[in-house]
Amino acid sequence: MRGGSELELGKSNLPAAESELELGLGLSLGNGAWRERGRILTAKDFPSVGSKRAADSSSHHGASPPRSSQVVGWPPVGSHRMNSLVNKQAMKAEKREGKEEGKKKVMKEEDEPKDVPMKVVQGSGFVKVNKDGVGIGRKVDMRAHSSYENLAQTLEEMFFGMTGKVKPLRLLDGSSEFVLTYEDKEGDWMLVGDVPWRMFITSVKRLRIMGTSEANGLATRHQEQK
Amino acid sequence: MDLRLPSKVLEHIFSFVDSNEDRNSVSLVCKSWYETERRTRKKIFVRNCYAVTPEAVARRFPEMRSLTLKGKPHFADYNLVPDGWGGYAWPWIEALAEKSPSLEELRLKRMVVTDECLEKIAASFKEFKALVLTSCEGFSTDGLAAIAVACSNLRELELRECIVEDLGGDWLSYFPETLTSLVSLDFSCLDSAVKLSDLERLVSRSPNLKSLKLNRAVSLEALGSLLRLAPQLVELGTGSFSDKLDQEAVSKLSQAFSELKQLKSLSGLWDVHPEYIPLLYSVCPRLTSLNLSYATVQMPDLVELLSRCSNLQKLWVMDLIEDKGLEAVASSCKELRELRVFPSGAEDLDETNVAMTEQGLVSVSEVCPNLESVLYFCVQFTNEALVTIARNRPNLKCFRLCVMEPFSPDHKTQKPLDEGFKAIVEGCKDLQRLSVSGLLTDKAFQYIGTHGKKIRMLSIAFAGESDLMLHHLLSGCESLNKLEIRDCPFGDTALLENAAKLETMRSLWMSSCFVSFGACKLLSQKMPKLNVEVIDEHPPETRPDSSPVERIYIYRTLAGPRLDMPEFVWTIHKNLEIGVSNLAIE
Repeated sequence: MRGGSELELGKSNLPAAESELELGLGLSLGNGAWRERGRILTAKDFPSVGSKRAADSSSHHGASPPRSSQVVGWPPVGSHRMNSLVNKQAMKAEKREGKEEGKKKVMKEEDEPKDVPMKVVQGSGFVKVNKDGVGIGRKVDMRAHSSYENLAQTLEEMFFGMTGKVKPLRLLDGSSEFVLTYEDKEGDWMLVGDVPWRMFITSVKRLRIMGTSEANGLATRHQEQK
Repeated sequence: MDLRLPSKVLEHIFSFVDSNEDRNSVSLVCKSWYETERRTRKKIFVRNCYAVTPEAVARRFPEMRSLTLKGKPHFADYNLVPDGWGGYAWPWIEALAEKSPSLEELRLKRMVVTDECLEKIAASFKEFKALVLTSCEGFSTDGLAAIAVACSNLRELELRECIVEDLGGDWLSYFPETLTSLVSLDFSCLDSAVKLSDLERLVSRSPNLKSLKLNRAVSLEALGSLLRLAPQLVELGTGSFSDKLDQEAVSKLSQAFSELKQLKSLSGLWDVHPEYIPLLYSVCPRLTSLNLSYATVQMPDLVELLSRCSNLQKLWVMDLIEDKGLEAVASSCKELRELRVFPSGAEDLDETNVAMTEQGLVSVSEVCPNLESVLYFCVQFTNEALVTIARNRPNLKCFRLCVMEPFSPDHKTQKPLDEGFKAIVEGCKDLQRLSVSGLLTDKAFQYIGTHGKKIRMLSIAFAGESDLMLHHLLSGCESLNKLEIRDCPFGDTALLENAAKLETMRSLWMSSCFVSFGACKLLSQKMPKLNVEVIDEHPPETRPDSSPVERIYIYRTLAGPRLDMPEFVWTIHKNLEIGVSNLAIE
């Protein structure tokens, strides 16, 4: 291990061999996230820059590159403002997908049906997230996210390091060793992803990233009849 | 001959020295001036709560009446600082309760304030007059009730963009009937509705009320009755602007607005229905400050409104205003000093027709001679526009440009925006705050280092090519006080080369860069007057020294190591054995 005194002016001290980074890998993280540590987003990760944006976004099926709206803390807009911004984006997304669901708003109890713009979701919006094997919990602002993809992206960055390459549905499609689950208003633990997003954010109380084997016993909303 | 002035005379002279910068200079002249100054300073600003201990501050300034404290680094606003990092108000409030019981005003920014804190304030400071919390979190509406019920001389209660656990609107009812001293009330960030009758009674027994900022839950109809009770308002933040009102209600509201002869500042305006915008016309000519940044008003209506605001100095608006709208602003609002344009989300990256471009800002810069502060979010920019803006407005003091797609080049020439920012720093010699964006090479930072001599705060994201970038900045920007950087490809060398510079700055934030743990340790060893914090969810001690860390936050401090660090913050004080044994110190 190089001592700190060997750091000199002019010499690049960037981590050279990947093998150096592999030492001391957190053993609970089996997905090679450490290999990506220190890899920051570069222009390659934003291919829509400088060319017709629409064309590029369609050429990346599935593994879509991080749009600037999916990078944590970008654009640099305060969270109060971000909530309004995200609500409008969610509205646009739903309009684009032609969902009638978009017309159903998140209601306060005393809300009457009237033609007003989307209201901000009630409550603080922050939900605790814990990952099995990691002592420190985090909090995510549900109101700062517009979709499951968005949320999974944030959680991946929080718990698996900055990956750069984005596979936004890793936590949601059952293909990795971890699944994302949530505790709803009734205290039941469910798999994330089965209900429409706007319904989800009103009922989610806590999030938990757990190992796939543990999650086998969980019900989805489809299976559970109330 | 004894030339010393008696301290009473000195005190009298110093009472005319308002600015703390001047007072700091005064206190350096000699011991007796230091002593006299410190006994007479009433307003204290601590811009980093970890730079000094509350006990030291209370001890030095026995006459402290007003304290302003800032906690978390600025990038906490964008969720880059994990929860639990710190910035707790409690140790300060506890210490002040004991040592400065005559405290009257507390202004906190980006701090964690709990209900216990608020209860302690209510119980400890008998003359408490003003509580202003900006971007704070950790408390609930119960804490507000505690303040309301106990502070019988309360003048200001302002919650600006705080995250509050909202347990309902009852807190407002706790203001006693005997409280008549209110000057400013801002609860715009709360969700729950307060009881209108309580609010009306509070307003009608507050003849000195000058500033009232309502939350979204206050309806348009309720606004009417409140305005009739407080025609003396100078600042108004409306609630939601979108009920369905009948003709009579509309004309009553219009009448109420026209009675606001002192109104200078208007904000709120959530959900504005276009048909209600004319209600505001009567106040427009007197307005100096207008915040439309939550108002989803389209360009034509914005133009109609702004064309009436000939005295406007500060405008916050969304990019719905478009280039055309900004041209109209330029021709109507010649007194404009500050312009902020926020993203509305309408400018989606999928849209090929972009209605707000660099042209909007260029128009304003051409025509408004007093424009000195700009915050501009947009989809694209050009070097030519930057050069023009710099030429038009050499008086710029604050220039924050956010081209929303990282690494965006000049959209006409596809070149980096280096030359454009060069023009800005070369031309605007008094520039104090700069945020850069778009595609930038190391050259841009060479220019900033060479010319940005007055820059105090600099924000950088997704830019540069190498260590040189940081080196240019740290060695060139003489006035640099706060530097915050994210996602830039540089590492240890520049940081260590310029270590001494860090003691002359308030703070440095770097996240998602290539700074290694070894460099952090070495820096901590070399610079004992700095706190070098590594904020990383995975303990850096378990990794090789050369591995990069997620975030570092470095700040000068007289207070020594923090005692309230969470697990994910590392400083050298945590693992003294590692710090000493592994390094060869020059």
